[in-house]
Amino acid sequence: MMRWLGLAALVAVALLSAVVLGPAHVALGDLTSSEIVRSLRVPRALLALLVGGSLGVAGASLQALVRNPLADPFLLGLSGGAGLGAVLAIALHVAGPWALPLAAFAGALGAMALVYRLGLVGGAQLDPRVLLLAGVAVGAFSGAITTAIVSLAEAADLRNAFLWLWGGLSGASWDTVLVMAVYIPLPLIVLYAEARPLDLLALGEEPATHLGADVEPLKRRVYVAASMLTAAAVAVSGVIGFVGLIVPHITRLVWGHRHRALFPAAFFGGGALLLFADTAARVTVAPRELPVGIVTALVGVPLFAVLLRRWGAGGGGGRG
Amino acid sequence: MTGAAPLLSVQRVTYRYPGAPGDALHDVSLEARAGEFHAVLGPNGSGKTTLVRVALGLLAPGTGTAELAGRAAAVWSRRDLARVVGVVAQREDNLFPQQVRETVLLGRYPHLSFWGAERAADRAAVTRALERCDAVALADRWIWTLSGGEYQRVRLARALAQEPSLLVLDEPTASLDVRHEMEMFELVRTLVDRHGLAVVMITHHVNLAARFADRVLLLADGRTAAQGAPGAVLSRETVERVFAWPVAIAPFDGRPQMIPLRQPKEST
Repeated sequence: MMRWLGLAALVAVALLSAVVLGPAHVALGDLTSSEIVRSLRVPRALLALLVGGSLGVAGASLQALVRNPLADPFLLGLSGGAGLGAVLAIALHVAGPWALPLAAFAGALGAMALVYRLGLVGGAQLDPRVLLLAGVAVGAFSGAITTAIVSLAEAADLRNAFLWLWGGLSGASWDTVLVMAVYIPLPLIVLYAEARPLDLLALGEEPATHLGADVEPLKRRVYVAASMLTAAAVAVSGVIGFVGLIVPHITRLVWGHRHRALFPAAFFGGGALLLFADTAARVTVAPRELPVGIVTALVGVPLFAVLLRRWGAGGGGGRG
Repeated sequence: MTGAAPLLSVQRVTYRYPGAPGDALHDVSLEARAGEFHAVLGPNGSGKTTLVRVALGLLAPGTGTAELAGRAAAVWSRRDLARVVGVVAQREDNLFPQQVRETVLLGRYPHLSFWGAERAADRAAVTRALERCDAVALADRWIWTLSGGEYQRVRLARALAQEPSLLVLDEPTASLDVRHEMEMFELVRTLVDRHGLAVVMITHHVNLAARFADRVLLLADGRTAAQGAPGAVLSRETVERVFAWPVAIAPFDGRPQMIPLRQPKEST
């Protein structure tokens, strides 16, 4: 119970600091009446919570699916596909406020479908090892095309594309918050419903089958639901790395590896981390802002190094 | 043939892996009832694991039938089946660190309602399973600190936590020393005698199978080489033919025991 209260407090502090802090000074008494707060900071904070949470849950479930604790939501090629879609939209000057997110979303779904198809061994069974390799291959391929397009683009386009690829929440609006809030419950519920079978899958596919899990539908649902979460996150905020990798690990240290507890914890943990990272990205170099993916990488890589050391010290499987 | 349907019934089953030139199983039958301990013996690649896969409905036989508790193996949902059949597979991993009680609790999965939490009955079943496997003292240990023998007892406890009527064990004593092998066989025998479980065990221990099992199925090249009580199956001729090695057979405790012979030196 204490740890849930602690997490709630962390999310509250993260939300509050995201709303209070920023390049423009807003007096505490004016928070509720400020236009900057109401139409910029609040939707941006909520979007950070939803995106960070989606990445946290997607990471936790994909790590269990591909049976690799070092997996990341973007390892399966979605970032490559989304990046290609977005950069194409920028290079072709597709107009409209939703052009970029929709192009990125379409690219991510395309990559997802391709990786899924490649991961279906013999047409019927989803092999997580092949899935992983297919993801890396599709990511590398679309990355190469993306770089080719960027290298041929004009200077201003190039900067836009580059910034988008590193992720950012500056596109946040009440509309994007609403779209995410309507979209993500379905994949989240699908994953939560598979929480117990995912616990079994940690033993391997055959033992999980003998304990009563329907392994093939389980793998498909988890892959599609986690990818849908990732695709939405990347569509509204670009490629924000390390949240989906680090957060599941930290939450496992506190909550254990049971997915019933891990998923909600990873959602709010991921949300809190992205809130803090985005606040830092806005405040540290104000009035300009850093791509938030750079902040999560700068925080995430050292954290990850610490986790790797613990993993190594934990004896084989690690103490977690 | 009276009484209830056998818990496991495989009748004249033939199975060929896709693209394989020959049958992995050819016309094999096996029936296991409550209170019976069946051992499945045979050289590597003789079809033992394939037989179990067909019996459990994981592979659909080309010809013949596979039934579990009177229903075709293929129509069982995995969840319903896991309440009737507990399986200790040859291999498993532990992706995340677990404690013994936690991993045994996974055996309760088929009994849990979709959204419900574990109840007192589930925890009691876990404790009972740990007791039966003499693993209560291990309950709070981390899996990775267990010895090979302890780990196998814990895995058996997890299968028992499913409260099955039939246990299928695939080489549960592989790479265990003599004491742990004997403990495992004694434990399985006790489960059969005292709790009325039906057991089908794949093993390479010809001699332990002969001493503990009620019936033996000896497979060779996917076919039944011999089937029946250990004394009838394990004759010198049959064993030599199946395992392609000279042996002597001597009785011990009223059961046949096999002694492999040294390769005769080539004389000049």
